[in-house]
Amino acid sequence: MSGSWQPSATLDIIRQRSELHKIIRRFMEERNIMEVETPILSRSGNTDPNLVSLHTQLLEFDTNNSLPFYLNTSPEFAMKRLVASGSGSIYQITKVFRDGEKGRYHEPEFTMIEWYRIGFDHHALMDESEKFLLQLGFEKCDRHTYVDAFESSTGLNPHTAETKKLYDMAVNNGLTQSKSNRRTILDFLFSHCIAPGLKGKNPIFIYDFPVCQAALARIRNDDPPVAERFELFIDGLEIANGFHELCDAKEQLTRFQDENIMRINQGLVEIPIDHYLIEALKQGLPDCAGIAMGFDRLLMKTTGMDTISNVMVFGHDRC
Amino acid sequence: MATYNTSEFRSGLKLMIDGDPYAILENEFVKPGKGQAFNRVRLRNLKNGRVLERTYKSGESVEAADVMDVKLQYLYNDGEMWHFMDTDSYDQYMADETAMVDAAQWIKGEEECEVTLWNGSPLTVAPPKFAILKISETDPGLRGDTATGGTKPAKLETGAMIKVPLFVEEGETVRVDTRTAEYMSRSKDK
Repeated sequence: MSGSWQPSATLDIIRQRSELHKIIRRFMEERNIMEVETPILSRSGNTDPNLVSLHTQLLEFDTNNSLPFYLNTSPEFAMKRLVASGSGSIYQITKVFRDGEKGRYHEPEFTMIEWYRIGFDHHALMDESEKFLLQLGFEKCDRHTYVDAFESSTGLNPHTAETKKLYDMAVNNGLTQSKSNRRTILDFLFSHCIAPGLKGKNPIFIYDFPVCQAALARIRNDDPPVAERFELFIDGLEIANGFHELCDAKEQLTRFQDENIMRINQGLVEIPIDHYLIEALKQGLPDCAGIAMGFDRLLMKTTGMDTISNVMVFGHDRC
Repeated sequence: MATYNTSEFRSGLKLMIDGDPYAILENEFVKPGKGQAFNRVRLRNLKNGRVLERTYKSGESVEAADVMDVKLQYLYNDGEMWHFMDTDSYDQYMADETAMVDAAQWIKGEEECEVTLWNGSPLTVAPPKFAILKISETDPGLRGDTATGGTKPAKLETGAMIKVPLFVEEGETVRVDTRTAEYMSRSKDK
């Protein structure tokens, strides 16, 4: 045992945690967004090669066989199925799990606030997220496109610059030389050269991402095309990620399959695709936008703490 | 060739980079919510003390530095080099100024130090966690003043400067935490 039996956070912070729950519920209730609970366990997992899912075994009642179940890395698949079934706008505050993530800003088990708004695009959801932040006492938010933020820090265009140029800049900024694809290089440059500069008293939204970073966002066919996705930064720390949600079942299936191919190429295990989500999208997901916000990181910013475990009742080393 | 995976990174771990041995000073896990995970590390070159920042993709393996940590007894300084001895084998080792940067001001002789050897030579020398040293210079104390919590500068017999409470006097022996250079207590050892 490495930690002490006592809470990781002070009682004052634990009270502020409770207060944040109340503020979220009030905010959602004022807007008629329904609180829901979706399962933490799932027969399918997240194919994203950059996430490591925890899994467990459950006994099947009739056969006595053990079946693998994944702990959710985000409630997004289940919540989109619910939206497709006609729920209207929904939110939830839930625990999510990501193996191997431990550090000043990471815990393998943490709390997510996730909400979906029918008829919203990513701009409308940024507007609503800003109202939420104002209620928590934050200042008005700034907004920059990904390309503007990227170009002003690096002088390179993330959509059109040659991969070799991006790679050289990454190596000059400390990335060790090894085989890296464009997406990894962009992740490096963004997290090392751009995000630390997204500081100041105003929270910052970065929106319209390169298509190789679309995740579950829809793609808008501009020149060049962009993913209708946004991220929120407060004082250089990533707090939230949102999408104008992809509704196309065929394209979603292709993205999952591509991710599994990437997994195989990287020597990682293949993850069973969530066919329930694909079926739901086939039936029809209303036009909507969704956002996932890190509850604990948000609390770090409202309380001024600089280590995530210090806003958790019992951090990973004490559970 | 021994290697370490990034998941084993922690401060103090010794790596080989471009032919030089390095020690990890800080290891930070960096990961965008949707994206590649990295380990951003600050490293100290054990040969010249220079600090470097590097970022590895999480999951990468890095060559381990073939170094060995041993306990050696400090013997003496010849004006240029510091001499140490293995008290089991009686083998003697010489450390240069670079290796002594953390330890030199805390040792006077006979202390047991943790020494990192690379190719048989001391790369770094860590002082004992606590040093017991005599005060060679300090302003006269305010006798009886044990309550106000004030401090004054004091020079130790090894030349190190620390802060001591007002009641501590020249010629007294004190116990010092060498990691923080903080006065701990008066010492009965003379």
